[in-house]
Amino acid sequence: MSSVLLEVKDLEVFYGSIQALQGISFVVHEGEIVTLIGANGAGKSTTMRAISGLIPVKRGEIIYKGQRLNKMPAHKIVRMGISHVPEGRQIFPNLTVMENLLMGAYTRTDKKEIEDSVGMVMERFPRLKERSAQLAGTLSGGEQQMLAMGRGLMGKPNLLILDEPSMGLSPLLVEEIFEIIKTINRQGTTVLLVEQNAYMALQVAHRAYVLETGRIVLSGNTAELQNDPRVRSAYLGEIA
Amino acid sequence: MEFLAQVINGLQLGLVYALIALGYTMVYGIVRLINFAHGDIFMVGAFVGYFGFTSWGLPFPLAILTAMVVCSILGVTIERVAYKPLRYAPKIAALISAFGMSLFLEYFCSLKFVFGPNFRVVKRPFEEIHWNLGGLTITNIQVMIFIVVVVMLIILQYLIFRTKIGMAMRSVSMDHNTARLMGVNVDNTISVTFAIGSAFAAVGGVLYAVAYPQIYPFMGIMPGLKAFTAAVLGGIGIIPGAVLGALIMGQVETMTSAYLSSQLRDAIAFSILILVLLIRPTGILGRTETEKV
Repeated sequence: MSSVLLEVKDLEVFYGSIQALQGISFVVHEGEIVTLIGANGAGKSTTMRAISGLIPVKRGEIIYKGQRLNKMPAHKIVRMGISHVPEGRQIFPNLTVMENLLMGAYTRTDKKEIEDSVGMVMERFPRLKERSAQLAGTLSGGEQQMLAMGRGLMGKPNLLILDEPSMGLSPLLVEEIFEIIKTINRQGTTVLLVEQNAYMALQVAHRAYVLETGRIVLSGNTAELQNDPRVRSAYLGEIA
Repeated sequence: MEFLAQVINGLQLGLVYALIALGYTMVYGIVRLINFAHGDIFMVGAFVGYFGFTSWGLPFPLAILTAMVVCSILGVTIERVAYKPLRYAPKIAALISAFGMSLFLEYFCSLKFVFGPNFRVVKRPFEEIHWNLGGLTITNIQVMIFIVVVVMLIILQYLIFRTKIGMAMRSVSMDHNTARLMGVNVDNTISVTFAIGSAFAAVGGVLYAVAYPQIYPFMGIMPGLKAFTAAVLGGIGIIPGAVLGALIMGQVETMTSAYLSSQLRDAIAFSILILVLLIRPTGILGRTETEKV
């Protein structure tokens, strides 16, 4: 097994007095696609937001490349090589497609290298190239998702966090997005994927953790989990 | 000719309002807060500029620059002290804090060992020159205001649309958390916005002191409210809107004084505020914000 890139230990997060995460632990190894699946409100997005520093950690540890991220502000965590593509895409609607991509490279300074990255992203998402001067708010849902992922890649991350990339997309587009996730991973980026679409997530990921009300209830290789009766009934829509 | 002369007077006033209105609109754009202390920053700018080119004997451009620096620091401090702790609290809390800050500045500056409560007549750093262009009189002060404001607007446009910090400001104005995920230091970006807005108000203050040569610690209230009205009229949060609104306000005010009655001037100016809020709260250039799920 390759080395550990991200380790989350006994993570607890509160929203006011409500405990959203009740001590969850998991690891992501370099080169993997790991997915967190679970129903609405299980704590998947909360976990992601805690890792990227958007919400404070109450107890527990988040260790990335051997460094503690707990108290680090979000804008510094990005510089460690973590790109978080948030739920609902959150592109900047009044910036152009090109400006959105450049925002993704905000932490980088080498103009030439940034241009190369723009070229690379445009190649992967040809639709963005056609629309590079257009305001991002005018894009369709699928195009916005591609822009959000492209923007995430512009940071040249070691770890790409994708929160619900398939949300609100047509089945065809969902297939396309997951194909792209696989390609990105093959080219060396570790992916932490949060999905409600457990079926697709279990197909692309190597390992999975199942979250229920702030706790991890199951974990393992996706091949095993796909055959686990509990997963099949709860998340793959099979009648037990 | 008389009418044209009034248009020019209105333009002079409107351009000064524009410098103040920009600060309101930029700050609103980035933290969704009406900085009611902004008019008082304008007042401090007027005083610092005045001391600069009188007591301290600075050349006029250097006096403006000093006022800009002092007000930038003041603006950033106000944000850190009075608004930042309330940034994610209910909006009304920050608004009340803004009123408190405004009153504090007015009364603090009225203290004897600060600026003192009295009106001061501003001795201009240069003589006013009248030029007669075929019956139409314009002054060197009007020309100076026009040039300074246009240059400032060009600089602002460049800053916001052509620089990295400008892009960061625009991204923060849309979404704080997503900007953070891009690596933007949101606190610093907000500080920069306050600094720029306050520097613009400072220039407005110095120009105002030269054009209407009388200053006192409460002088910021009226121009502040007029500029706020201008920002709302143009569409709060929208930069060209602030300039457009300010130019309209300058004309309305001047025309009311010239052709109706100067007593009606403020009443009509603020009727515009009420009408805009009733009929088109997003302002002339504003779009209706759609709530996203």
